[in-house]
Amino acid sequence: METAFIIEKFVLITIVFVLTLVIAMYSTLAERKVAGFMQDRNGPDRAGPFGILQPLADGGKFFFKEEIIPAGAHKSLFIAGPTIAIITACISSAVIPWGQQLTIGDRVIDLQVADINVGILYVFGVIALGVYGIMLGGWASNNKFSLMGAIRAASQSISYEIAMGLSIIALLMVTQTLSIKDIVAQQSGFVNWNIWVQPLGFIIFVTCAFAECNRVPFDLPECETELVGGYHTEYSSMKLGLYMFSEYINMFVSSAVMSALYFGGYNFPFMNDLGLSQNWITIIGVLAFFLKIFAFIFFFMWIRWTLPRFRYDQLMNLGWKILIPLAIANIVLTGIITLIKDTYW
Amino acid sequence: MESLSNRKKVLEQKPMNFWERMYLPAIIKGMRITIRHFFKKKATVSYPEVERPYSKNYRGMHSLKRDEEGRERCTACGLCALSCPAEAISMISAERKKGEEHLYREEKYAAVYEINMLRCIFCGLCEEACPKEAIYLDGPHVPADYLRKDFIYGKNKLVEERFDVNLLEMANLKQEIN
Repeated sequence: METAFIIEKFVLITIVFVLTLVIAMYSTLAERKVAGFMQDRNGPDRAGPFGILQPLADGGKFFFKEEIIPAGAHKSLFIAGPTIAIITACISSAVIPWGQQLTIGDRVIDLQVADINVGILYVFGVIALGVYGIMLGGWASNNKFSLMGAIRAASQSISYEIAMGLSIIALLMVTQTLSIKDIVAQQSGFVNWNIWVQPLGFIIFVTCAFAECNRVPFDLPECETELVGGYHTEYSSMKLGLYMFSEYINMFVSSAVMSALYFGGYNFPFMNDLGLSQNWITIIGVLAFFLKIFAFIFFFMWIRWTLPRFRYDQLMNLGWKILIPLAIANIVLTGIITLIKDTYW
Repeated sequence: MESLSNRKKVLEQKPMNFWERMYLPAIIKGMRITIRHFFKKKATVSYPEVERPYSKNYRGMHSLKRDEEGRERCTACGLCALSCPAEAISMISAERKKGEEHLYREEKYAAVYEINMLRCIFCGLCEEACPKEAIYLDGPHVPADYLRKDFIYGKNKLVEERFDVNLLEMANLKQEIN
C-alpha cells in the first residue's frame, strides 16, 4: 500500500469523523429548536446568537458533572455500555459514499472511506452491534428501570431488524448489488432514484430506521414518562453524554443510508446536463447529499414532535404483524414485476 | 336514564375502515399541523431584551409622590397602613423642622416608610385611602431578590425621584424626537 493512499484515507476518515461529531452536536440544538418552533416557542437562544453555542455549553456541562457509578453496578460493563454505543455509531458511516471522485493533479480520490462489496451488510451488522451498548449499559446499572429499557431495546431492535432486512432485499433485487457505492452510482440523475421503484420498501425502511434509532414514536427503551430514563437512568456526566451523542450519530448515519439507498445519495437532478467539470459535479453532489441528510434529520425531528409513543404491544404488532408481511409482499411484488419486465420488455 | 337537558349525544364508535387503519394518512395529517405551527409567529417575548407593555391599570410597585415643587406629599397619617388588608405598610412619623419646608409639603412627614413587598397583595387600597394623593401603585412589578429582608422597601426605593429641571428638559426633548 502506498503512503499517499494511506494519507488520503486518513484525511478522509478524519473529515468524516469530525463532520459526524459536529453534525451530531448541532442535531441536539436543532432538535430543541425544532421542538420549540413546533410548539410556538423560540427554543434555546441565550448561548450565542440564535443559541448556536448551546451545544458547547451542554458539552461543557456534561464534562463538569460528577461521574457516578452505582454501588451495585457491574463496573467494567457499566463503562463498556456507552463505549460500545458510541464506537458502533461512529464506525457505521465508513461505507457511505459521500461523493464521486475528486481529481487533484493526477490523483483520483474516492470520497468514500471503504468501498466494500457488502456495504449494506456491514451497516446492518454494525447497527445490530449498537444494541449491545444499550443492553450492557442497562443490565450493568443494576436498576430495574434500566433493565426494562434494555430489554425493550433488544426486543425492539430484533423485531424491526427483520422487517428492515426484508425491505432491503426487495431493493437489492432491483439494484443487483450490495455495494452502496454501486447502488448510488446506478441512481444518477433524478428519475433513477430508487424511491420511484421501491416506495413501499422505503416506507418500511424508514419506519424500521426510526425503531432502530430508538426515536419517537419507537422510543420505548428510554421513555422518560414510564422508565425514568430507560437504559441510561443510572448514567451521569459524559457517559450519559456519549449515549445521547450516539443516538444523534445513529440518526445522522441512518439519514445518510436512507438518502444513499433511496434518494440517490450524491446524485442531483440534471447533473449530467449542466456541462460542469467532474470536480464541480462532485462538490455539488456532496452538498446535495448533505442537503438530503439534513432533510431526513429534520424529518426525524418533525415526526418526533408530531407523534406520541407507541404502546409496547402496538409496537410488537406493528413490527411482526404489519411490517414483516408487508415487506414480504413487497419482495414478491418486486420479483413479479422484475420478471414481467425481463420477459416482455 | 332520560336526558333532562336534551344535550345528551350518543357517541357511535364505528370500527376503523381500511383508510383509517393504514395510519399513514393520520400521520401526514398530524405532520401538516406541526409544520403549520413551525412557521407560525412565536408567542415568546424574549424578556430581558423585549418587555411586554403593562396594561394601563396595572398595579405594580408603589411610589411615594412629590408635589409640583418637589416636596414629599406624604403626611404620615397612617391611613394607608390602616386600610392595608395585608398589613404590609408601616411608618414612623416626624415633625417638620424649620428650614425643611422645601422637603416636606405637610407639617408632619414620614421619617421611615416601609412596605413589605412579600406581604403586599397589590390591591390598591392604600392609594384609595390616601387623602394626600401621595402613594400610587404605578411602578413596574417587584423584581426578584435573594433575601426576605431585601423585600422590605424603604423610602430610598419608594419615594419618587426628585424633580429635576434637566430631566424635564430631556423628557421634553424625547417627546419632540418622537
